[in-house]
Amino acid sequence: MKYLDEYRDGRVAAKILLEIRRVTTRPWTLMEVCGGQTHSIVKHGVDRMLPAAIELVHGPGCPVCVTPLEQIDKALAIASRPHVTFASFGDMLRVPGSHTDLLRLKSEGADVRIVYAPLDAVRLAQQHPDREVVFFAIGFETTAPANALAVTRAAALGVTNFSVLVSHVLVPPAISSVLQSPGNRVQGFLGPGHVCTVMGYREYEALAAHYRVPIVITGFEPVDLLDGVLRTVRLLESGPVGVQNQYSRVVTRTGNLAAQRLMWSAFEVCDRKWRGIGTIPKSGLRLRYEFRDYDAEHRFEVGALETREPAACISGQILRGLKKPHDCPAFGNACTPERPLGATMVSAEGACAAYFAYGRHREEAVR
Amino acid sequence: MCLAIPGKVIEVFEDHGLRMGRVDFGGTIKKACLAQLPEASVGDYVLVHVGFALSLVDRAEAERTYQLLEEMGLLEELKVPEGPA
Repeated sequence: MKYLDEYRDGRVAAKILLEIRRVTTRPWTLMEVCGGQTHSIVKHGVDRMLPAAIELVHGPGCPVCVTPLEQIDKALAIASRPHVTFASFGDMLRVPGSHTDLLRLKSEGADVRIVYAPLDAVRLAQQHPDREVVFFAIGFETTAPANALAVTRAAALGVTNFSVLVSHVLVPPAISSVLQSPGNRVQGFLGPGHVCTVMGYREYEALAAHYRVPIVITGFEPVDLLDGVLRTVRLLESGPVGVQNQYSRVVTRTGNLAAQRLMWSAFEVCDRKWRGIGTIPKSGLRLRYEFRDYDAEHRFEVGALETREPAACISGQILRGLKKPHDCPAFGNACTPERPLGATMVSAEGACAAYFAYGRHREEAVR
Repeated sequence: MCLAIPGKVIEVFEDHGLRMGRVDFGGTIKKACLAQLPEASVGDYVLVHVGFALSLVDRAEAERTYQLLEEMGLLEELKVPEGPA
């Protein structure tokens, strides 16, 4: 496919690798922020092509992973109600709550639907006026405009049997949280390419200046990722901090302003709890007050739920780049994608699940 | 989750006031909302995430990036000093 295949060209990848070897003079630890990048890196073995001096650690950018257990339990409580049709992106269906998951509820007769687009959930509500359609609105800034559109569209069309359970998170506060962690090892970042198609990268310029780290906004194909590593290492080796845009074919400095306006028309910033990490101030989005009628938490009055995570799980440290999957004794044994113990194993974009999917649980830690 | 795929806009239409398009992803055709991308028209490549077009794919930038990558190494070879005659 155009604009995909050419970024998987082994010839070009080999050239970039040679250049990375040439410019690297000492060890560097880089973090890719986005779970999509983590998945692509592990799938294509990008981390293993790099010189031993360059270590990639995996970031907190998997929204499915970091959706807190409380929100999953709320989703399950709402989806269990007989008059509810619960719509979700497919990735959320297998994520275990405290007692069950959406897929199991569906097999037991609950009306749980997978939708490709948030607008499809609004259409479901229009087609089934006798049902309460609830959409699980999760994601980062990439997904926020599409989810905002579903809410504003429902309001504009007068669709009253539609609401959203919101669990939205933001990338820049998570990067701050990583850099503020005691024992932080991350020296440079591959920035989240698709988040920046919406938001641009002005926020990342402020982060880079404040923490004095290089951030290279990077795409998702192997050639993009290698180019992102090369640019970050060049910045580290030559000293200047700042932001570079590797993904300039779709990312501009200001992003998509119309999409940002749409997002802020429905959402406002709030504190959010991240699974595995805990509460990060001003790190999430919630519906604005004028849309409270579309807020499933308001409509269904699901109260505060008590949840407990398994003590063995080290996902909080993995999400901050302090540890890697092989550092966990439970990885691949007590904890697998079928029976995940925590955040980084619940979705294919989590570091543990990606390592497992590509057979790395059968190996010793290589580095 | 933040997966977004580039595809070619093959049709633009209105759905109850919402600007929509049909987008071809290497033979698979899906609908996408174009409301936040008013500059996108038939023949353009757009980056689509959960049925929502996030940005145009800038052809000139795509070519420029790729050309830089392709030329890397080739130019380095030219820079290698010639051995003693």
